[in-house]
Amino acid sequence: MEHPHEVTLPAGAIEVPPSSRWRRLPAIAGAVGVGALALSFALGRSDGPQLYHSYLVAYLFGLSLALGGLFFVLLQYATRAGWSVVVRRLAEHVMATLPLFALLWLPIGLWGFDDVFHHWAHPPPDDPVLAWKEPYLNPGAFYVRAAVYFAVWTLLAVWFWRRSRRQDEEREPAITRRLQSLSAPALILFGLTLTYAAIDWIMSLDPHWFSTIFGVYVFAGSVVAILAFLILVALSLRGSGLLDGVLTWEHFHDLGKLLFAFVVFWAYIAFSQFMLIWYANIPEETEWFIHRWHHGWQYASIFLAAGHFGLPFLFLLPQEVKRSRAGLTFAASWLLFMHYVDLYWLVMPSLHHEHFHVDLLDLTCLIGVVSLVFAVFAYLLVRGKLVPVGDPRLAESMALEVL
Amino acid sequence: MNRDETTPSSAPPNARPAPPEAGGKLFGLLAELADPESLMRACARVRDAGYTAWDAHTPFPIHGLDRAMGLGKSWVSAFVLVLGLSGAAFGMLMQWWISTRAYPLVISGKPLFSWPAFVPVMFECGVLGGALGALGGFLYKSRLPRHHHGLFASERFERVTDDAFFISIEASDPRFDAEETARLLREAGAHHVELVHA
Repeated sequence: MEHPHEVTLPAGAIEVPPSSRWRRLPAIAGAVGVGALALSFALGRSDGPQLYHSYLVAYLFGLSLALGGLFFVLLQYATRAGWSVVVRRLAEHVMATLPLFALLWLPIGLWGFDDVFHHWAHPPPDDPVLAWKEPYLNPGAFYVRAAVYFAVWTLLAVWFWRRSRRQDEEREPAITRRLQSLSAPALILFGLTLTYAAIDWIMSLDPHWFSTIFGVYVFAGSVVAILAFLILVALSLRGSGLLDGVLTWEHFHDLGKLLFAFVVFWAYIAFSQFMLIWYANIPEETEWFIHRWHHGWQYASIFLAAGHFGLPFLFLLPQEVKRSRAGLTFAASWLLFMHYVDLYWLVMPSLHHEHFHVDLLDLTCLIGVVSLVFAVFAYLLVRGKLVPVGDPRLAESMALEVL
Repeated sequence: MNRDETTPSSAPPNARPAPPEAGGKLFGLLAELADPESLMRACARVRDAGYTAWDAHTPFPIHGLDRAMGLGKSWVSAFVLVLGLSGAAFGMLMQWWISTRAYPLVISGKPLFSWPAFVPVMFECGVLGGALGALGGFLYKSRLPRHHHGLFASERFERVTDDAFFISIEASDPRFDAEETARLLREAGAHHVELVHA
């Protein structure tokens, strides 16, 4: 690793050509995103709670993807992984959308705050549980913590993204060593901020409820999401004739295995959370699951268990599926959809616990946030090399063989 | 690999029993190659020549050797699947029987068959079944354990756990011909080819 191997990169495979349809994507996605969000806020003027809950789910979907990207990049450095170098740049661009989420958070933090967080922001005076939680769950501390999350995420994302890009020019292995040594403390910061953000922005919607595994649950879902997203983007780049001979079916096979692993991990955490609460049967804990087992939400719960675990578990089991374009496309698209269902299931029962309800605003907000995030991702993608060409492990990654 | 004798391979030849005379049953041909690259190339040659009863022997795993040898998918996974599912089914059935038939005790007011509480044990039994399936399937497919192998008659073959790379083609292969096959192996890059009598 002191002296990077000279790699012969197939010409035209590692940069998006000027004529490619990928070049038009940032503008199209950006316009769609702005339009869909404008439409959402116009449609939702009269129904603030619905608008901001729909927006929160869409926001969390985008955010979990970006945080998943951050985790993927940090994990590769922390483990000094060789196999993943050719896909790491894609994850770096997803990670680099994190600063955008400080901006996208403003509608929730400024206008939607009372519609979403009123349970604890304006607690009934005779509620001893919320009075006891007040030192943590109060608007001042909430905003300070949000500022800390965005500061940490922006700092980590920009810092890692810039240095990896600089290595494209300088070809300096010392950059890899520096990022490696900082990835471990960065992972600790990542774990803390993700956990507290999950508590603040999802768990606090039902402020009496608590689950100590909740941060891990959100983390598991976000890793499923980033792996599914990386697979889909890599497949469509290959479909456009890019990364040919660089990113191979060996990488897809490994990504598919990781996706399978995190589907199982998510199920393991989800079931652990459920079983302990079911077994202890303490009212303040079971209430949360009771909301998700009545008034139509039980079908959403069953759909989540079957769709986020049962079906993808069986489907991704055979080796052939993880080495097939159609198989991986279906599995990754389905799991991204199920990740949205998962977040919906976490957030929405606190608004509609008397009846199951899907709103048009859910769709417009989702299109808006996802398009804006994708616009930034595609903008970064087309303006640089598709793989970290200066990484000392690039040759090792390109020669990957799944044993 | 049977390497239980403590004598290093550089010991004088008389430190171990002399190889049997050429009168023994012919096991096949053993070809030695210089390095992993020439082994891979030679394997591709042997594979393309249509041999079926043959193997490659190396001191460490070599990426891509299975492809060079034309080996298909390893079906150890089928053993894992069947035994894993059987283990999980056994785990759940066992707890159903214990909790509802053998010792029907009401615990914390829950139904006798409280399946969520049984999932962890079901899962662990599934993992145990899968692991045993992997081990058993691997042993079965590798025809292990066995106390002897025809190649142990070759003194050269001892170095396969140190630094030597071999291809063996068994005499039972329908295409086997002591002279033709030896020529193929030499053309494929082997620097030493010997007949092994078991």
